[in-house]
Amino acid sequence: MTSKALPAVGAPAGEGRNTRPRGRLLAQVFLVSASVLWLLPILFALYIAVRPYSDTRRYGYVSLPHGLTLSNFSEAWSRADMGRFFWNSILITAPAVVIVLLLASGAAFVLTRVNVKVNVALLILFTAGNLLPQQVIITPLFRMYLKIPLPSFLAESGLMYNSAFGLVVINVAFQLGFCVFVLSNYMKSLPAEMYEAALVDGASLWTRFWRLTVPLCRPALAALATLLTTWIYNDFFWAITLMSSGDKRPVTSALANLQGQFVSNQNLIAAGAMIAAVPTLIVYILLQKQFISGLSLGASKG
Amino acid sequence: MSTLTRTRGSSVPPGIPTSPRRRRRPRHLSTRDRVVAALLLAVPLVLSLAFVWFPALSTVLLSFTRWNGVGGLHTEPCDPALPPVLNNGCVNGVQNYHQAATNYPEFWPAVQHNLIWLAVFVVIATPLGMLFAVVIDRGISGSRMYQSILFLPVMLSLALIGIIWEFVYSQNYGVINTVIGRAGDSNAIDWLGDPDLNLWAVLLEATWRQAGYVMVLYLAGLKAVDPTLREAARVDGANPWQTFWQVVFPAMKPINIVVMVITVIESLRAFDLVYITNKGINGLELLSVLVTSNIVGETQRVGFGSALGVVLLLISLVPICLFLRQTFRREETQ
Repeated sequence: MTSKALPAVGAPAGEGRNTRPRGRLLAQVFLVSASVLWLLPILFALYIAVRPYSDTRRYGYVSLPHGLTLSNFSEAWSRADMGRFFWNSILITAPAVVIVLLLASGAAFVLTRVNVKVNVALLILFTAGNLLPQQVIITPLFRMYLKIPLPSFLAESGLMYNSAFGLVVINVAFQLGFCVFVLSNYMKSLPAEMYEAALVDGASLWTRFWRLTVPLCRPALAALATLLTTWIYNDFFWAITLMSSGDKRPVTSALANLQGQFVSNQNLIAAGAMIAAVPTLIVYILLQKQFISGLSLGASKG
Repeated sequence: MSTLTRTRGSSVPPGIPTSPRRRRRPRHLSTRDRVVAALLLAVPLVLSLAFVWFPALSTVLLSFTRWNGVGGLHTEPCDPALPPVLNNGCVNGVQNYHQAATNYPEFWPAVQHNLIWLAVFVVIATPLGMLFAVVIDRGISGSRMYQSILFLPVMLSLALIGIIWEFVYSQNYGVINTVIGRAGDSNAIDWLGDPDLNLWAVLLEATWRQAGYVMVLYLAGLKAVDPTLREAARVDGANPWQTFWQVVFPAMKPINIVVMVITVIESLRAFDLVYITNKGINGLELLSVLVTSNIVGETQRVGFGSALGVVLLLISLVPICLFLRQTFRREETQ
């Protein structure tokens, strides 16, 4: 975790706030102890993951190391078929993120830049949809997914139910609200003069959208892409309710199966959990700035 | 320009001048422009209506029926004299709600657990997150590192958090039982299995995550507060405590509302942690779990599950409306 990649949130404001050394010391002590507490569960899981099974069986999980190994990772990877689950996650996450951003930019553009009479009502409709608990819509959605047929090239099951396509659709529909909300706020901050100039130049609506607005929204789109990748990758609920076969599920929900499979070997479970966390941790370390600015851009995500 | 863009100052990209308050809209759109606009709006709108709003409304309608998911629905009222098998797909009125409230042992515990969840988020997770934000915002050395450590759990999926904390709580090998010298013996405390304890154990996991989330929102909020306000308060002789509660905190009203909405909605949505811990039974019942188990489980009680979903919907409408009102109030009058 390089501190260079971090945003400037909380940087000293240079106003000489909090100059008392005692307050400073207190704050340091507080934050150090909080950080240690916050890291402990993760570090402990990591520790279990790098210890051989024989060691933990002999000395217990909470004991000093007698030898460390990386073999748990490779064993968890191959025995739990994690490559396949990662592929499932990619098949769901990548299309969903791209489609949400494309559709949400279009809708946000029309709602902010074209005088649609009902645009506030529509914006409310999009935004509120994202705030509903998922369980409010799951009942009919589950029935719909069992009813809607899909051509076989889209889904082996021939149904929305139990297909990666179905998960993409629901993730797109559900996340649209948040992205439309954030993007429309962002687009409102773009200068109106620019659009007037474009109009004078005879730019069509599509040109104003695709060539003018979308490139200007790049920071917001980057922030949203980071958030969406994490949220959709981390999704658990849609995957376990709208997919019946475990081998098609994305990696986070497949971990639940892993728990049952390796019940006697916690070292393997810990290793599997650490492997599954890697993508989001990479996103976090590399794109922390985007991630946090995305959260504060919308700040409406439930 | 709405209040939104002003209050969330960070949403204005750097280098782009602030536009005048009134924006002129194009007066005439060509036919082709109209078609493009309609398409750009229609596709996302249809998706949202078909996969979010249609199911939400259907939940309400289904909640008045009795249906096991097999066979069709019809508009005949249910006949109480007939056995349930023959009473399928019929209109059941408010019977599902009545049954939930009076004859479904898991219902009231689930409501109670949801309320406890909310209370812990309001009383512990939110103030803790705010405290983190305030201390980090003072800009002591290393604050960025603390910030990223405290935010780390928010990046992990809740399912993963459940698995990671298992190592802390386990009866046989968990950190806590080992430290208190009870691991593996008959004295070991079953943190996640004991129905009197497990809700609190899981709430500790949830708080561990939620506090980081709240912290980041407040960090953004604190950054957006006009520094001259603080300066003015200091000149007026206010101590840091007074400055925060009487000047900074009220100035963060939009963030406070967002945090409040997120707190309520996250506690209504809670599902993953309890499901991964013990399938949400034996002391961990939540409304969300009951809805799911009635729909996806072995015996599908679609109407009954929907009624529970509607209860969840009605409760969540309160924070949703509050948020929408705060967000869109000014915009409408523009």
